[in-house]
This record gives sequence, C-alpha cells and structure tokens, in this order.
Amino acid sequence: MKWIAILLLAGAGLARADSPQRVTPLPKYQQECAACHLAYPPGMLPAASWKRLMGSLDKHYGTDASLDEASVREISGWLQTHAGTYKRVSEEPPQDRITRSQWFVRKHSEVDPQIWKQAAVKSAANCAACHTAANKGSFRESEIQFPKGLDARFRRNWSD
Amino acid sequence: MQGMEVTKSCIRTAARALMLAAELAGTAWAGTSQEQLGALSAQAGRSPSAAQGQQFFNAQHGREWSCASCHNAQPTGAGKHANTGKSISALAPAFNPERFTDPAKSEKWFRRNCNDVLARECTPAEKADVQAWLVSLKR
Repeated sequence: MKWIAILLLAGAGLARADSPQRVTPLPKYQQECAACHLAYPPGMLPAASWKRLMGSLDKHYGTDASLDEASVREISGWLQTHAGTYKRVSEEPPQDRITRSQWFVRKHSEVDPQIWKQAAVKSAANCAACHTAANKGSFRESEIQFPKGLDARFRRNWSD
Repeated sequence: MQGMEVTKSCIRTAARALMLAAELAGTAWAGTSQEQLGALSAQAGRSPSAAQGQQFFNAQHGREWSCASCHNAQPTGAGKHANTGKSISALAPAFNPERFTDPAKSEKWFRRNCNDVLARECTPAEKADVQAWLVSLKR
C-alpha cells in the first residue's frame, strides 16, 4: 500500500511538471503584448525562444513592437521565470512560433487548414477564436467553441 | 583661476540646458489631446491641417498597411488589428477619452505604427495633422 501511495504521488508530480502551468499575466505583459494579440501563456515557449523574441521586438513577425528598455527588462525577466520547461516545450519551434511547435501541430491535426485562413479566425495564432477562455490562460477541450462568424460548411468536421 | 572660470561657465551652460529640457518635458507631458496637439504643432513649426491628416491616415505609404488598416477609415468606433484580428478601441478622443492623454504612450504608438505603415518615423507635422483630424471628429 505504501508503495502504491508513493507511486501515485510521484505520478501526480510528473503530471504537474509535464503540463503548462496557468500563470497570472504580469500587468506590463498584459498592457504591452496583449494590446495586439492574446497574452500567450509564457509556458508555451521555451526560455530561449522568449529571449530571441524580446531581443527583436522592432521586427516582431513583420511589425514594430519596440518598447522602452525598462519594459523590455521587466517583461523579459517574467517570461524567463515562467517559460515552459516541461518536456514538450523544451523544443524551440521554427521562428519561435507557438503554432509551429510539434505539440501544437499534433493537437490541431483535425482542424481543416482552411479554417485558419477564414476572416472569422484570421490565423492559427488567434487562439481565442475557438478557445473561449484563452485570455485566462485556459485551453480545456470543454471550452472549445465553433468560432463566431465562421462559415457553416466547416461544421461538418467540428465535434462540439 | 582660469580653470575655475571655465568650470563655472560649463556649469551655467549645463544648468541652462537642464532648464530648457525641463520646459520641453513639461510641454511634452501635457495631459489632454488638445495640449498634446499644441506640443506637436510647436515642434512642427506650423499649424496642423485636419484635412491633410485625414488624407495621410487613409493613404498607403509604400507598404501594405495604412493607418486605416487597423483603425478604420473613420476611427470613431472599434478597429481590428490587421494581422491578429484583435479589437482596437476607438482612436478619436471624443469616442475614447483615454486617447492621447499619455504622451509617452502616444509617442510609442506613433513610433511603432509609423514604422509599420511608412517604414520610417513620422515627422512632427505628419503627427500633428493626423491628431488634428482625430480631435476634430465629434459625436
């Protein structure tokens, strides 16, 4: 019995370490980064990716997102603290894009690629189009909804 | 003794520069959209033109986006980020009283957005024109 209890505890510990932690966004992160896009959970990218992102804000995926030095320092420090360290995020995705991470691609394999391009969604980076609690850092299956304004022809491969 | 005089003169010059900087900063930190417009016009050295501002806002400047790409041709309601689709609150101060009340914030967004739209910083005259037009939009 004792061994089972220890194994269960160990298992619970592993599960925690291997899934993204929900982190309350730093107000500065919310203010500066979430002005243009979702406040992506810091655990979705490894520290090296965040470091590159924060070092090239003047060329941020085609737009200028440059910030004053003090803000860059504050946000960078917080991202480094909360960056993903669990197994699936240890990989640095191409172009440091969350949407190019292997775990992201795998999780969205059933999504018709056409959906990303529809005006109601715009791109795979727009998590909130389907994940209704994404702005709170929650991505549970039960919270997924068919995007508002998306053409009904995409309903057929939708499970909600 | 001569060295002493030089030092004193240096200190006087530095003090004058500091006072001037403080005055300029005082102007730049004014808190309303009208005051900010005044500061921009002073920098531009001419009175702003709302008509030119409107034209500038809606025109492309050699790149893919115009200001209107995200803020709409009539920025009196919510706009939408051209890339991400995220909602952007109204830009005209009469429809969003928070706009142009924090000069550091205004400058930050002018810097970024001008770079995106024009691939360079905007001149004080261009900024003054755009802001004059935005301030002129009334309910």
